[in-house]
Formats: sequence, C-alpha cells, structure tokens
Amino acid sequence: MAQPEWAVEVEHLVRRFGPVEAVADVSFQVRRGEIFGFLGPNGAGKSTTIKILATLLRATSGRALLAGFDVATQPTQVRRSIGIVFQDHSLDDRLTAWENLYFHALLYGVGRDEFTDRAQALLAMVDLLDRRDDVVRTFSGGMRRRLEIARGLLHAPAVLFLDEPTVGLDPQTRSAIWQHVRRLRDERGVTVFMTTHYMDEADHCDRIAVIDHGRIVALGTPDELRRQVGSEAVLVGAPDAARLAAEVAERYGVAARATGPGEARIEVADAAAFLPRLAADFAGRLESLRVHRPTLDDVFLHLTGREIRDEEASPLDAMRRRVMGRRRA
Amino acid sequence: MSREAAAAARVVYAIAYREVIRFLKDRSRWLGFIAQPLLYLTLIGYGIAHSMTFRSVPAAAHVNYLSFMYPGILGMSVLFTAIFSGVGIIWDREFGFLREVLVAPVPRWAVAVGKALGIAAIVVVQSAVLLALAPVAGIPLGVGMAAGVLGVAAVMGFGLGSLGIAIAARMQSMEGFQFVMNVLTMPMFFLSGAMYPLRGLPVWLTVLTRVDPLAYGVDALRNVVYGAGQEVRLLVEYPVGLDLGVMAALAAVLAVLGAWAFEGQET
Repeated sequence: MAQPEWAVEVEHLVRRFGPVEAVADVSFQVRRGEIFGFLGPNGAGKSTTIKILATLLRATSGRALLAGFDVATQPTQVRRSIGIVFQDHSLDDRLTAWENLYFHALLYGVGRDEFTDRAQALLAMVDLLDRRDDVVRTFSGGMRRRLEIARGLLHAPAVLFLDEPTVGLDPQTRSAIWQHVRRLRDERGVTVFMTTHYMDEADHCDRIAVIDHGRIVALGTPDELRRQVGSEAVLVGAPDAARLAAEVAERYGVAARATGPGEARIEVADAAAFLPRLAADFAGRLESLRVHRPTLDDVFLHLTGREIRDEEASPLDAMRRRVMGRRRA
Repeated sequence: MSREAAAAARVVYAIAYREVIRFLKDRSRWLGFIAQPLLYLTLIGYGIAHSMTFRSVPAAAHVNYLSFMYPGILGMSVLFTAIFSGVGIIWDREFGFLREVLVAPVPRWAVAVGKALGIAAIVVVQSAVLLALAPVAGIPLGVGMAAGVLGVAAVMGFGLGSLGIAIAARMQSMEGFQFVMNVLTMPMFFLSGAMYPLRGLPVWLTVLTRVDPLAYGVDALRNVVYGAGQEVRLLVEYPVGLDLGVMAALAAVLAVLGAWAFEGQET
C-alpha cells in the first residue's frame, strides 16, 4: 500500500459545543516525520482537535484523515495508527512498567515476540529499562510520562499525539522529554503531533500552528513566525543614544531610534553578524550591546493582542478545584 | 476464528488479566476479604447461635445457626467483592487509566465482558480461600462441595460484577461509589437470606427477598454446601436447578446491560 504523503490532513474542521465553537474551521497538514506543534492558550481548541483526530470526539463538520484513514468512517484503522499520551496520567499505577506495556500490547494485538523486543528497546530509549519490574506507583512524574511515551509507541503507530506532555514537570524533566521526542523523530521517523501552551517549548517543533479561539492564526516554522513579528534588533547602550541612532541609520541604511536616555534600538536582519561591524565603526562610544530576537511570546502577542496565559491546571486539577469550591460554599 | 473474534478474545483476556493481577498484589484486599467473613461468623454468628433458638430447623436435625450462616457469608463475600470491583471503573476513570482502554482499537463490549470475567476469577480465588472456614462453621469439606461452591461463585461473580459495571459505566463521581455500596449492596445482603431463613416472613419482606438476585445465589450455595442430606430441605428455598437458572439468566442480562452501558461511554 502506498504511504500517504501527509500523516495528518485536516480540512475545514468544526466542532461546536452548544453555542460555543471550540474548533472553528481549521485546516492544516502534518508531514510524515515532522514534529508539529499546536500552540495556544488553554481553551483555544487544542485538546478538542486532538480528540477529534483520535476518534474520541465527533466533528460537527469538516474532514480529517489520519495516515490516510478517515476519522469519521474508519475509526478502528485510525486508532491502530496512532499513539496518544494524554495530558492526565493514564497508567495503572498498581502494575509494573512491564505489565502496563504488556496490557497495551494485548489491547493492540502486538504479538508476544514482537512485544518483548519492542518493549525492551522502548524502555531503553526512555531510560527505564532498569525499572521495568517496579510498580508505577513508585515512579516520579517524569518517569511516568516517559513510560507513557514508550507505551504510546509500542504498537508502532504512524503518528504519536502528545497532549501537553510537559505540564506539571520540572524544567530538567521537561528538557529530557524533549530530547526523547527529538530522538524519536530522528531515529524512528515518527510523526509527532503535540500541543503546548509553553512558548519556549514550541521552539522544539519543526512547524507550529498558533491557535486561538478555535482558529489557526498562523502556521509555519518557528523562524518564519518570528519574522512575521519583525526583524531582530541590536540594543545599544550609549551616552549619546539619539545622535548615535541617527548616525547608524544614515551609515547603514537601517531603522534605528533612541528608545530612552542612553539606549537605542537598531533593527537588522541578522543582529549577531551586525555586532562586530557596529563595534568597530563606533568604538569608544558604546557602553553595551545586546542582541534581541523576537520570541514566540512576541509572536503570540502580535497575532492575538494578548499574552498567552501560563495556567498549569489540568482537567483533574480543575475538577478538584470545583469540588473544593462547592464544599467551601 | 475470525480476526474480529480473535481480537475481542484478546481484549477480554487483557482486561481480565489486569483485574486478577491487581487483586493478587493488593495485600489490604486479601486481609479484608478474609477478615470480614471471619468477623461475621465469629462476632455475629457465635453471638446469635448462643443466645437465640434457631426455630426454622427442628432440634433433631442438628443444624446450628453457624452452619446455616456459613453459605450466606460466602455469598456476602462474593457480593461485596464483585460489586466493589465492578464499580471500581469509577476509580479507573478518576485516575485516568480508563482512557488507555477507551482509545484502543477494541470493541467496548469486550472490555465489559473481560472485566466481569476477571471479577469471576477473583471471587473464585477468594471463595477457595474461604472454604477453609467451613470446619469452623461445623461443615465438613468435600471435593464435590468445594467444586460446587467455586462454580456457583463464578456465576455469581460474573453477574454481580456486570451489575457493578453497568451502574458505574455512566457514573462520574467518587461519591457515587459510597452511595451504591450503602443503598444497593447492603439491602441486597440483608434480603439475601444470608443471615436469616426466608420463610415465615411478612409478605412485604418476602416480596423484597424474591427480587433480590443474591437470594438465589445464597440459596444455590446452601444447596451445594449441604449436599444431599435430609436437613437440606429444611434450609433451602428452591431446587438448585432453579437457583442456577435464575443466576445464569441474570448474569447474561446484566452482562449485556454492562456491555451496553459501556458502549455509549464518552471519554
């Protein structure tokens, strides 16, 4: 069978909950073997989209293909083609790591010999081989997440979904998870579809779709998105900032202006390469030099007029808060 | 066997496998299922046996209250474990594990059936251990009697487990668990004939005992525990064939109900 060109194809996808349009006419494609990120604040429609792609939720209208299978009419084939790591934990914490994997293999029909080989290799990949016979209860949050990633790959899916894979993890564990995800793509050619509301993490993706209020407001590589906001800049500290800015603008034909007493901003395409020239030409008049690159936070602000909220709440936390609120009331 | 049937069988096995492994590992559950019947038999059974006259049986029959109560306690133990395990789906949902099952490319009914079969296996193990208490209640152990008890327990476990699954499949809150235990399980136990014979009762009570599925399970257990002796007729309500027929029919209906409740499961 010919492999479809796209791992994921979505056309005019809409999902309404009553009057609310959680997903409002979304279209995009994910290439095979890329890390594709869905970036947006909580409630933007990321998880709803993932649920539709994973056949857990029906779309109100529109079409979605996964590895060439239609999510509406071929749910079983779609389910076989995907692995999912949910935002909330979904391991049986009374079972060992190995038992959790074995259970998954049974559910997905992975044969016994295949299972043993794959499970060994995957546990080695996520650095849990020495903990294979330990009960999951004793695992840290990061270890559980890594085990879930290994489990999601056990049936060799075409696409791995990671829904906010690093929420609630410490920075060190977060970067370790990212290492694993990149290794997956590089060594196994797995397509990874992930959601996040951490701007700094979106930089790990090959391409990003910025989603807000159920709509994709931008789509491209992290660098392409940055370029939309504007170029890089050199921030100069100099006593005569205003005069300096005027001279720089005239000499190099670039935009430059004083941004405060003793501070100027020079917009250039490649700020780092510009530094040595500037330093040589204006030697003795500069107090400090700093390169500023637009962050994805700037991108989001630019596209939506808002800053992304950094809420840690998972659905479970949210439920707990509701319950506790009710008790207090 | 077709591919779908093989896949469904695998899923049934996977779910049952997990159910049994969890049970075998859980020391507090072992302690609980052994301690509870022991407490009932000793602290309640002995007390009643020594302070009251057992009117339902002629004194000449030499059946004391303890040996009357023992099959009832076996039934109680099956009931509590089966409902507890079935309703345990609420926990699986709460702790996220249910999602792993619900996104898998497997038929939902197979999940419900696997769970009920796993529960049946658990109550068989449990009943086998509790057979050791038979001499305490003055009942001689025998191979035929033991085999009968385990067979009846398996049918009861499957049916009552399915009942728990059907109830829990649509239940969202942990509070619901306590509700089920108090409002459903306890009355089922009280009305089952486990503690007192179901004859000579007021009409309203008799009606309630007739609709209690556990009453037929307990009666079946009494039938197999007492064997073919004369006093059996004094202690059981129905022929064993009727007991087993009702239990099996109920298990089938409840399994379909549990599977159906699970089919419509949103994640």
